[in-house]
Formats: sequence, structure tokens, C-alpha cells
Amino acid sequence: MSQSRKVYGLGAEFESAGALLTAAAKIREQGFSHWDVHTPFPIHGMDAAMGLGKSKLSAVVFVGGLIGLLTGIALVSIPSFILYPIIVNGKPYDWRTGPAFFPIIFELTVLFSAFTAVGTMFVFNNLFRFYHPVFNWDRFTRFTDDGFMMVIEARDSKFSETRTKALLEEIGGKHVTLIHD
Amino acid sequence: MSKTALSLETPPDLKRPALVSNDRSIGWVSHNVCDIVEAPTPKWWLLAISITSPIALMGLICIIYQISNGVGVWGENHPNGWAWDITNFVFWIGIGHAGTLISAVLFLTRQKWRTSINRAAEAMTLFAVICAGIFPAIHVGRVWYAWFLAPIPNTNAIWPNFRSPLLWDVFAVSTYFSVSVLFWFVGLIPDLATLRDRAKSKLARTLYGIGALGWRGGNRQWRHYEMAYLLLAGLSTPLVLSVHSIVSFDFATSIMPGWHTTIFPPYFVAGAIFGGFAMVLTIMLPAAKIFPQLNDMITRHHVDKMAKIILLTGSIVGYAYLMELFVAWYGVNKFESFTFFTARANVNGEGWYQWAYWIMMFCNVISPQIFWFKKMRTNYIVVFIVCQFVNVGMWFERFTIIVTSLAQDFLPSSWGHYAPSTTEILTFVGTFGIFLTLFLVFMRFLPMIAISEVKGVLPEADPHHHHPKH
Repeated sequence: MSQSRKVYGLGAEFESAGALLTAAAKIREQGFSHWDVHTPFPIHGMDAAMGLGKSKLSAVVFVGGLIGLLTGIALVSIPSFILYPIIVNGKPYDWRTGPAFFPIIFELTVLFSAFTAVGTMFVFNNLFRFYHPVFNWDRFTRFTDDGFMMVIEARDSKFSETRTKALLEEIGGKHVTLIHD
Repeated sequence: MSKTALSLETPPDLKRPALVSNDRSIGWVSHNVCDIVEAPTPKWWLLAISITSPIALMGLICIIYQISNGVGVWGENHPNGWAWDITNFVFWIGIGHAGTLISAVLFLTRQKWRTSINRAAEAMTLFAVICAGIFPAIHVGRVWYAWFLAPIPNTNAIWPNFRSPLLWDVFAVSTYFSVSVLFWFVGLIPDLATLRDRAKSKLARTLYGIGALGWRGGNRQWRHYEMAYLLLAGLSTPLVLSVHSIVSFDFATSIMPGWHTTIFPPYFVAGAIFGGFAMVLTIMLPAAKIFPQLNDMITRHHVDKMAKIILLTGSIVGYAYLMELFVAWYGVNKFESFTFFTARANVNGEGWYQWAYWIMMFCNVISPQIFWFKKMRTNYIVVFIVCQFVNVGMWFERFTIIVTSLAQDFLPSSWGHYAPSTTEILTFVGTFGIFLTLFLVFMRFLPMIAISEVKGVLPEADPHHHHPKH
């Protein structure tokens, strides 16, 4: 039954974080691009080993924060200066009232940035996708316990069921398994 | 003269103790943390929740009674327009701050020991903020008009005053709660995936699976995840400082003697962290006793470090108390010196609430000084007792600030005593029931320790670590 389904990729398990890091560097040297390692915790140095740069998430959050800042400024100034100025203690509405507006502007900047950070992380990480072919590999869920897994996708141009399997075994991969869609 | 060879090895007595003792493995961490959730419901838990939930229910009944009858069922009356309500609000919100400090500030400062306590401390933050939020909401009297606090035009198209600290407070507390929930949930995602993959029943697998959002632990996910976590920590740090600063503005921007001081924001923030750490320990020490497997993750070194933070922040609070007295003495404002020396410290016998002031002084300033001794910092019983003093002391601090200033203010003819009503007392007791019930539920169904983060600080997690086996 499973033989008739499309091949998603090849999975391999490694015995430690160090072994996976070394293996990742080798896979990268081979020129693969559609592959990932699945680990119980982020491994220090893995981004460099996989050739991944800094996450672009911070740039999006900066924009989110900026929108929050502008929303805050608009929210406090439009009603206060234009819609319904409330004169309290005879204090005027001009640039000198700025410090009193600061707390709300600040809070809204933080609020918008935080929601942007989490929302963008969900989108970038493709979360809310509850089905994924990698879960068809019965050993895969060991990554949430103490397994260090690597999955190379079949859509990679360098992928070949036999040669990639041999490569994974050569660099120390155990339980190398074909994963079906 | 003999010269010892220069060695790059850290001397043994300066080596840092392992964050997880007894050389535990990665699998051990997931097994032992998840075991708490997966084991059959323990008897003590049923007993505990059967005590706390009626207390919570009593609190809710008091709240309903207060809403249906008005603020008159409380002891507040002129001149004491604020009393236990705002005391309890500041007390609970302050407790929440320790969780954010542990999760955000200690993360930014690379204090890796935080990993084993941050999850429970963040949960404590959320539950404390829930308890805190009750009081300002119901103390307005007509709760159905609470939406007047929202930044929208209310009756006759009047907008709220954006220059009022009370409105700042609404923004600060609601932002704080929202960001704390996000931070907590983001931290939970990988651990919910662990629970999902271990779950035996279909229901548990589905529910934890929904919470885990299909987490696959890929490094291409982790890098965005870590960036999001770092940014949330970076955002929460100024946020937590701003929240308690703004809470202190509620007082500091008024003209009441004893409130109108510039020292309030840092003094409140230090006090919040101080009281919050005491509450973290109040919860964690019994938890470590009940679950012996946690003792390798929540070690004496953790308790020692938290006790040091209590000592530091307690001393900052003590400095602030003394500085207030100094300024009251050194300044020329009669009302200020009356509030501090008569209404609070009661040096001449005319003050009414000196007992509250001196309880506060003893609990917050004197009692933590015992933590100068390492033997005391690592003795769980001593630490627990001191934390109870701190919990009491921090409540009395807010009571002292609020009630002494209001009860005996500028004009003796407008002075008035304050005493809480039964409803008021039971509402406060009820919030403890709500807090503890929520915490018990959290303990039972969610991982109390950040599994993936603790794994990340194990020596085995270091890719350059050479396992003794090999």
C-alpha cells in the first residue's frame, strides 16, 4: 500500500547533537537545498552548519512595532487635539503634553510588536499545519524526546533514493527510512 | 620562589555547578517532566483542589454580591476611596512581575539556570494578573460601565483622558497580560509537541496536538522560533518595568503626601520583583517536595540564586523606605513629614496604622537580611518562612501606602478610619483560591518545566560535548 504512494524523502537518525551537526555540514557541502534537521532543542551552531542566515523575522517585527507606534500616536493625539480636548488642570494641548502621551504610545508599540513576532513566527514556520508527511515515519516523533533526525526531501534536485540513502548511512545516519507522502 | 604554571583550566572551587544535577540525559528530562502530567491523578491533587476551588467559588460569590449591591458592601468610604481593592490589585500585579523577570530579563542576561523555573513562574504571572485584574474592574462600582475605560468615545462622544495615569494603567495591564500569554504559549509549543508524541489516548494526542500547532522541531523552524523568543524577551523587559512604573504613577502623579514622590517607579519595580520571587518560591518549594524527580532540575543552587535576588531587591526596597523617611525629614513639607513620621511610623502616638508600617518594615527589610548567609539560602524551610514574611510584608506595603495617606491627610476634620468589611476580606481570600486552583490545573495538564529549554542546557546538548561513553 505505502509503496504506491509518492516518496516524500529520506529520514535518518543520528546519535547525538554533535553527530547531527557534523552530518548537516556534510549534507550542505553536497549541495542539497530541501532538507532539514529535527531536534528536541535548537542546536548551537546548526544555522551556520546548514548555511542559514539570520532570521528575517526581526525585520517584520520592526515594521509591526512601527505600525504600533503610529497607531499609538494617532490614538492619543486625534481625540485629544481634535475630537474632544479635555482640559485638565489648565494644562494645554501642545508639544509639551508629549510626555503624558508616552506611556500609551509605548504600550501599543510593544503590543503590536509582540503580536507581529508571534504571528510572523507562525507563518514563517508553517505552523497550524497539522498534517505533514514527516509524521508518517514512525521513528520521527523521537525528535520531541531525544532523537536527532534529518530529513532530505525528494523534491531536491540532488535526491536519489539509493545514492542519498548511501550518503546518509556513510555520514553516520541510523535507521535510514524512505518516507512516503 | 616557586612559580606555578599558568593554567587555563578553571579551578575546581570556581567551577559552576551543573544546571541539572546527577548527569541526567535528554530523554530523562522529557520522561520525568511529562510523567507528572501523564501519571494518574494523585490523591494530594484532588485534596488540594477540593480545598482551593470552594475558596475560589467563595471569591466569585463575593464579587457577584459586590456587583449586585454596589461598592457599599466594602469598607471603603470617604476619605478612604481606595483601600483593599487597590492594595490587592498592586499586590497581585507585583507578584506577576517575577515571572516576566525570570522569563525575559534572565533570558537576555543569559542566566541559564532560569530554564527550570521559567515555565511555572510565567504561569504564575498569568494567574496573578488575572487575580489583579478583578479588583480595578469591580472597584469602579458599576461594572457595566467599565467599557468607559476603553479608548473609544462613550456617552456624548466624550473620549477618555489620555493624560490620566488610570488610563495608562488600562493599556499597561492589558498589554502586559496579552504579551505574557503570547510569551508563555510560544514557550509551550515544543513541549506540547513532546506531550503530543507521548500521548497514549487519542483525546490527549488531539488536544496536545492542537496546542503544538503541528510543531516539527526542524532547524528551519527553530531559527525563527528562537528569534521570536528573543524578541519577545526583549519586548517584555521594558514592558515589565513600564507596567509597575505606570502602576506607581497612579499614586505618584497625585498630590497626596506619601504618594507624590519621584522615587516611586524604581521602588515599585524592585518591590514587585521582590514580592514575586517570594511567591515563586512559595509555589516551587512545595512542588519540588511533592515531585522528587524535579529536585535534579530545581536544585539548591536555584533556590540559592533566587534567595540572593530576594536579598538584593529587599535591600533596594529597604533603601527606598529609608530614603522616603530621609526626604520627609530633610524636606520642608509638613504634610509629607506628618504622613511618614506620624501616620506611618507613629513616633508621637497620633498615627493610626503604625502596626501596618512596622509589619512592612520587619517583613521586607529585616527578614530577608538572613539571606546573607549561604546556609540560610539553601535551607528550604528557612527560605519558605522568609518568603511568607515577604508575601505578608509586600501586601502591607501597599496597604500602608494607600490607607495611611488617605486616612490621615491634610485636614484633621476630614480624617477617617478604615476597616475592611467581611465581603472585602473574603474577596481577597477568594483570589488566593482562584490563583491556586488555576495553578493546580496548570500543574496537572501542562508541563511544569520547560522541557526543550532544560534539554538545551544539558552538557549533552552541546554539539562539542564528548560523552564519557565514547
